[in-house]
Amino acid sequence: MTRPNNPADDRPATRKQLDRAPTGIEGLDEITSGGLPKGRPTLLCGGTGCGKTLLALEFLVRGATEFDEPGVFMSFEETALDLIENAASLGFDLPGLVAQNKLVLDHVHLQRSEMEEAGSYDLEGLFIRLDLAIRTIGARRVVLDTLEVLFANLGSEHTLRSELHRLFLWLKARGVTAIITAEQGEGRLTRHGLEEYVSDCVIRLDHRVSGQVVSRSLRVVKYRGSMHGTNEYPFLIEEDGMLLLPVTSLNLEHIASTERVSTGIPNLDAMLGGQGYYRGSSILVSGTAGTGKSSFAACLADAACRRGEPTLYFSFEESPSQILRNMRSIGIDLKPWVDQGLLRFWAARPTLYGLEMHLATMHREIRALQPRVVIVDPLNSFIIDGNGNDVKMMLMRLVDYLKGQGITGMFTSLVHSSSETGRIDIAVSSLIDTWLLLNAELEGPSGRSLTVLKSRGMAHSGQPRSFRLTERGVALSEAPRQSRDGFTADGKEEA
Amino acid sequence: MTPWPTPPQEDRYVLRLYVAGHSPRAAQAIANVKRICEDHLQGLYTLEVVDLYQQPQLAAGEQIVAVPTLIRALPQPLRRVIGDLSNTEKVLIGLDLKKQTPDDTAAAE
Repeated sequence: MTRPNNPADDRPATRKQLDRAPTGIEGLDEITSGGLPKGRPTLLCGGTGCGKTLLALEFLVRGATEFDEPGVFMSFEETALDLIENAASLGFDLPGLVAQNKLVLDHVHLQRSEMEEAGSYDLEGLFIRLDLAIRTIGARRVVLDTLEVLFANLGSEHTLRSELHRLFLWLKARGVTAIITAEQGEGRLTRHGLEEYVSDCVIRLDHRVSGQVVSRSLRVVKYRGSMHGTNEYPFLIEEDGMLLLPVTSLNLEHIASTERVSTGIPNLDAMLGGQGYYRGSSILVSGTAGTGKSSFAACLADAACRRGEPTLYFSFEESPSQILRNMRSIGIDLKPWVDQGLLRFWAARPTLYGLEMHLATMHREIRALQPRVVIVDPLNSFIIDGNGNDVKMMLMRLVDYLKGQGITGMFTSLVHSSSETGRIDIAVSSLIDTWLLLNAELEGPSGRSLTVLKSRGMAHSGQPRSFRLTERGVALSEAPRQSRDGFTADGKEEA
Repeated sequence: MTPWPTPPQEDRYVLRLYVAGHSPRAAQAIANVKRICEDHLQGLYTLEVVDLYQQPQLAAGEQIVAVPTLIRALPQPLRRVIGDLSNTEKVLIGLDLKKQTPDDTAAAE
């Protein structure tokens, strides 16, 4: 390489799409239409603790394990041991990959205080190291995390800049797909203006903490010659890697099943066109306290288990044993299903973890159990400390995720009075296919009513029906006998 | 004069100069380090010049980033001087053969 070229030489606005190197990170490949620009450097910037190193690590690990592309991780901050430990928290076995010649970890130790500068120099040592590492394992991917450490430890900024320029061109000439991480700068993307050197793809990570809740987001700031979503996408760091949850609009291609699943309550099946919910649809059960929302969830779970379908029940208010006891009192015995492993409870106090952890755990459990039915009881437990907007977005994504997987989802939602539907209900209502409203304000101690507020794609009765929680389950009244004129008499009907 | 030869003194200072190929800068650094050693450490040092292109594995092993890098392996602790070694003062400070004066500190800032 002789003289550094001007980056502007890279012909701007070529409409040809760059080839992609898939990251294997769930969601990221979707929003970048397939991955990072193949054979080119990508700049990954963001503040301290935003997940840059983990994302970069996962890019290499997935490259090595899923795409047969070995990788070199050159770390300027963390030692190889730190990296190994961090990666282990995501379930990645770096020593194993190193032993299989699929990964090289090189920790570049620089300490200004141990070094005297006496005349002109270049960074050829870095190039030699990188070159050797790439050749040793035939690397196709490279991570440099983070080059800016050089600025703190080397005195000649002029030398550094021309060498970095040379490095970026060198990486491109080697044809490796590279991630270069950089610290966020004041009022600009990176502290030392590394964005000047990378013209193909720039990704920014962000993390905010409000209350106990960490929200992480990712934005593709720039992606040459390609359409990309400019939104901020929330992402999670799970026990088995990162997970980006793309927005709903990107994937409205759920296959709408015509198969029906029983609600577990014969008369409710009858109300819903005679057959129950659609498989893979989302059902919202709202109601004031004590109206029996969990009972409807238990009926659905019971019916699913009878069909032999794995069911996952997330409980954020009651312990599993409490739910089992309460449901047994109304004649629904879920214990055999638990014993058979068909029904799995996952219970946690809403305040125990941040939102991110909850959703991460839910995703993980769903992926592990591969249930056909998922129950979240109740949905609004997630609202803490007025983090309304973040929560809404995250919940929308959860609902969307279930739909995408064809999993029937039931969400219960506590509303404070029957006249007012909760904020959360309105937020998710567009994603909801069947919305049941439970009401406890009819006369009599057991006076409860159910209204089907909506149920997409099926004929359904919109009239309130009374129901009781009996020793033999949810007893929903028959269709009213004289309902043609819109009056209902079923408030007093025997159940 | 003692009847027995004094133990060799050459290993009091063990220096290694890492360069990349035969660039003018490498030649410069080699000439500079030889001159400085002869002027200040005559008979007390060994100097090895390493071409990293020939032994690339040493770049990671010795934590080389900038080239040329002069390493004082002995006496401990290990010290590094980077550059073509044209600034003799800085080389002497880097090898701990001369204390850094406040003036030097100010100049370095």
